[in-house]
Amino acid sequence: MLEVKELETHFFVYEGIVKTLNKIDLTIYKEETLGIVGETGCGKSVTALSILRLIPSPGKIVGGKILFEGQDLLKKEKEKMRKIRGNKISMIFQNPTSSLNPVFTVGDQLTAVIRNHQKVSKEEARKRAIEMFKQVGLPDPRRTLQKYPHELSGGMQQRVMIAAALSCEPSLLIADEPTTALDVTIQAQILNLMEGLKEKLKTSILLITHNLGIVAKICDRVAIMYAGEFVEEAPIEEIFGNPKHPYSKGLLESIPKVTQKGKLETIGGTVCDLLDPPSGCRFHARCPSSMEICQKERPGQTKIGKNHFVFCHLYNS
Amino acid sequence: MNKFLRYIGRRLALLILVLIGLSIITFTLARIVPSDPAAVYLGPRPRPEQIAEVRIKLGLDKPVYVQYAYYLRDLLHGDLGTSIRTHQPVLKSILRFLPASFELMLTAIILALIIGTLLGVTSAQKENTLIDHANRLFAVTGVSLPAFWLGLLFQLLFFRCLGILPLGGRIDIYVSLFSPIKHITGFYVIDSLITGNWVAFKSSILHLILPGITLAAYSTGIIMRMTRATMLEVNREDYIVAARAAGIPERTVVFKYALKNAMAPTLTTAGLAFASMLTATFFIETIFYWPGVGTYTVKSILLNDYPVIMAVTLVGALLYVLVNLVVDLVLVFLDPRIRL
Repeated sequence: MLEVKELETHFFVYEGIVKTLNKIDLTIYKEETLGIVGETGCGKSVTALSILRLIPSPGKIVGGKILFEGQDLLKKEKEKMRKIRGNKISMIFQNPTSSLNPVFTVGDQLTAVIRNHQKVSKEEARKRAIEMFKQVGLPDPRRTLQKYPHELSGGMQQRVMIAAALSCEPSLLIADEPTTALDVTIQAQILNLMEGLKEKLKTSILLITHNLGIVAKICDRVAIMYAGEFVEEAPIEEIFGNPKHPYSKGLLESIPKVTQKGKLETIGGTVCDLLDPPSGCRFHARCPSSMEICQKERPGQTKIGKNHFVFCHLYNS
Repeated sequence: MNKFLRYIGRRLALLILVLIGLSIITFTLARIVPSDPAAVYLGPRPRPEQIAEVRIKLGLDKPVYVQYAYYLRDLLHGDLGTSIRTHQPVLKSILRFLPASFELMLTAIILALIIGTLLGVTSAQKENTLIDHANRLFAVTGVSLPAFWLGLLFQLLFFRCLGILPLGGRIDIYVSLFSPIKHITGFYVIDSLITGNWVAFKSSILHLILPGITLAAYSTGIIMRMTRATMLEVNREDYIVAARAAGIPERTVVFKYALKNAMAPTLTTAGLAFASMLTATFFIETIFYWPGVGTYTVKSILLNDYPVIMAVTLVGALLYVLVNLVVDLVLVFLDPRIRL
């Protein structure tokens, strides 16, 4: 349904060009949940914002294609793109507290989204808003509508964001670390809610997170990202049972386990500088099984199994 | 609502303290100045015995603190004293000249808010482009050019060279003779508008343009800079990105979602800039022959007409405090997170 091809997003800063996304490919199928996992700063959020064409200056999409329902979003006129945002593709953010406008009631903000994409009267929009609030499990929808964001808890705020994002029944919901700012019990509630609504509205979800636990809970497939490139893409059982890329293995080993005693495994070194990324495979300097070729050539895609791909010279026979 | 009233009450109580302190300062200053009010009262070449007589009449023979006590007593009875220069009750004169000044100041405030905000918003949206640089240059010019000089420049350009705008005054003298304005509010523009006196309406608008712009220049610059800075900040907020991601049209995002958040610092600065506007009115009214409190006060200052100086200072302080009180109340409506 959504196909990203060789997408390149660069940031033109004073010190040079930061190649945040280096020709990435990504596919999201109908009604599936795809997780993008990676460290902070690896380009997860930039991928999300690139899809919506909302990269802030000095960033710019310099190449590639984003095919959504067969049409290239990068070739759309501004106005047509705007009509897709919030309507066909919508997004929820990491911090619900700062993602809601503090000086308007949540009802105003929700009805604004609804009326923006659907030709309905104020009264109908309000009814729809109440309906959405019920669906996301907000108590006393009528009264909540009149409240300002600061009068709601973080969990309720995120429910409002989800209500707004799903109010136009989009075919793709991008969730950028939707639960990071919430405490654990609320996290589970929000994830359950997203899963339930996804089934009901037949929406695909692109979930961005650095929490593999969340991925295990709701994703169908995972793409692991490192320094602006995907290193491995696999169905959920495969990534946890049969990780191939050294970085994926490292990530999985750095999850603390209750049964484990002693020191927690980490990945050595630090994330490379995207202003001046290493040649070849961007992970080679930190890779425990680095070879000579890794410094020279960017590894191509290798098929491991059904829907399981890895970008690593180790499997390039 | 009760909370509002209590808050207003508290602020007004503080205002009284401010006014008392202010009256002590101005009173002392007026007496330190080496000038004899009695001599001014009598006009040119008074005889010594006349001066002595007037000194007793004005209470100048009493110790200064007694004079101040008398002054306060009169003040409580709503008597601001009698002008030494015109021999008229000060309050009456101020009330007569105030509408003219209000009309000018209100025009300037509205101009400054609209132009300053618009320029600030465009600058923030087009950060570091030619438009932004031009706007910022304009703002710096407005802030740094002294009002009296700017006024003279405008007169030179628009009256002398281009001849499209009047030199000064509130209304054309022929217009005031042949289609006089009926006094209702004291605002010429409004009075002529509601009585349908179109000739006078046009004339008073034309007369307002130059002094209005001159008076607005400083505040426009300040408001523009403030709006630009806060808009740049607000533009980076998550809720603006979220609004764009929800497909809200750019115009709504900027002028509704962002501007309402950016308005609070802008209005606060506008309230504070009102002080400089009060001072500038004195120069501008004098330059443009504007028959307002400013012109009246400048004439009085030159003769150390202390009852007028003190009264105008008090009225000015009162206005300043009230304007800022109104600003604070408006902020409460703009931002629901603000509690009184």
